[in-house]
Amino acid sequence: MKIDKEEVEYVAHLARLEFNEEEKERFTSQLDNILMYMDKLNQVDTSGVEPMSHAIALVNAFRDDRVGESLSHGLSLANAPEARGDCFSVPKVIE
Amino acid sequence: MELNQLTIHELQEKIRTGETTSVEILQSVFNRIDAVEGVVHAYIALMRDSALEEAKRADLNIRGGKIRALTGVPLALKDIFCTRGFRTTCGSRILSNYVPPYDATVVEKLRESGAVFVGKTNMDEFAMGSSTETSFFGITRNPWDPERIPGGSSGGSAAAVAADECIASLGSDTGGSIRQPAALCGVVGMKPTYGRVSRFGLVAFASSLDQIGPFTRDVEDCAIMMNVIAGYDPKESTSVPIEVPDYREYLSGGIEGWTVGIPKEYFIEGIDPEVLAAVQNTIKVIEGSGGRCIEISLPHTEYCLAVYYIVAPAEASSNLARYDGVKYGFRSGAGNVQDLLTMYKKTRSEGFGAEVKRRIMLGTYVLSSGYYDAYYKKASKVRALIKRDFDEAFKLCDVILTPTSPTPAFKIGEKTDDPLQMYLSDIFTISANLAGIPGISVPCGFTRSGLPIGVQFLSGPFEEGKLFQIAAACERNAKIERRRPNL
Repeated sequence: MKIDKEEVEYVAHLARLEFNEEEKERFTSQLDNILMYMDKLNQVDTSGVEPMSHAIALVNAFRDDRVGESLSHGLSLANAPEARGDCFSVPKVIE
Repeated sequence: MELNQLTIHELQEKIRTGETTSVEILQSVFNRIDAVEGVVHAYIALMRDSALEEAKRADLNIRGGKIRALTGVPLALKDIFCTRGFRTTCGSRILSNYVPPYDATVVEKLRESGAVFVGKTNMDEFAMGSSTETSFFGITRNPWDPERIPGGSSGGSAAAVAADECIASLGSDTGGSIRQPAALCGVVGMKPTYGRVSRFGLVAFASSLDQIGPFTRDVEDCAIMMNVIAGYDPKESTSVPIEVPDYREYLSGGIEGWTVGIPKEYFIEGIDPEVLAAVQNTIKVIEGSGGRCIEISLPHTEYCLAVYYIVAPAEASSNLARYDGVKYGFRSGAGNVQDLLTMYKKTRSEGFGAEVKRRIMLGTYVLSSGYYDAYYKKASKVRALIKRDFDEAFKLCDVILTPTSPTPAFKIGEKTDDPLQMYLSDIFTISANLAGIPGISVPCGFTRSGLPIGVQFLSGPFEEGKLFQIAAACERNAKIERRRPNL
């Protein structure tokens, strides 16, 4: 067993997701299967190997700090589920 | 042949000589869509009005002598590319009402080359899948057998080209999402080198793996499309400032004296015998064309899938954190939810489908405190070894040949209950994304029951020219019968 239901609930909270009981059961067994498969990697000796995060040798891509064109307030807010004035509107955060 | 069945280069000839017009070509494409789209369902949305405007403008340009690389050619776009003012869903409920305020760089480039956009094609939700069965907007069917899947995640883009519902199309490939559906639908599909094509405006899945590439009817069309979309983009910090050659110049080169590596690890048990036979036939074609085939080894091949299903979900869980119901997209029960955390959770749980949630969970888990080293860091190290395998292999050969997919198109629903089985259909394509190298899938035959089979060529980074050279040589010399699906 790699993962149990409590852990699935905890990870779901971290990922800002929620599931019903049946989904939790299904996810627990599916994720457990997948994680068991991942155990294969322990067969590989990786001592002294640098982790690779990108396929190409990346260097910082700098540009000049110049004011360019940007989206207008109107366009930026056009897709908002709720907007008020020049702001995105969300449920109340502070008491 | 109808206009909608022709290649880009054939249409360009007819446009140049005045034999046809862009509006006529577009009309024949829409006639075909009206006839078969009810079965295939390649598109999420059609752009009938704007397409007609673009075709008329193309005809004006043609009359004025201003013909560019794709003037008047009807193309389809996977619904993962932002299109200014036109809904872009990524196959998800959570983006089902999203109207981008800008064009992706590839869309801008195609537009500037005179292309006409027919519509946005169907895909697995957020490009997570190998069968186009996870789209919020319904499944796409394989034009060669509507009981079967078209492959995925860019299944709509592959099916649209195969069913003659557009001339060529654009997809994205994170673990095989261009090459696998290309093989299963009998068209050409290329995943370029990481950094070759700008990802600006591509809805992100796994940012260190995602690349954009074309689906076309033949290798020449693929080169034409790549000439347009490749190149450095100041808006995309991982796009690489290396000059783009004219890929068409490689098409006639031939492969006399080339060495082609056949990795023994890719010829495993479980490959469909008809796929194996078609690939072996391609090896004969290569030898008959003056190439030499040698056995090579990519020793870490068996770990590719495990590495991929750690790295890709990890990056996805981070990329998809942005869908919170605040700035754009779907929000659950807007107005009724009393607190922010509940709003986030309800929005994301109702907005994402099961496969996307599964990958977000997996990604969140492997990145979470206590597991990061065991999974993500370990996978990143094995990834380095996988890349090293390829570096070593390309010292011995010019290109590598593998099957694109272990089987032809499978039945709808066959693998939906078993995520691992589904993941295994990408087993031959994933390594190129992990190593960042380019790959192309080209048709190499049919099964007895008439399903297309594809062969994959891989090369070193930024050597797409070599892929065009060998793919074109095989296309010329294999003389694969040019069939059309019977829809």
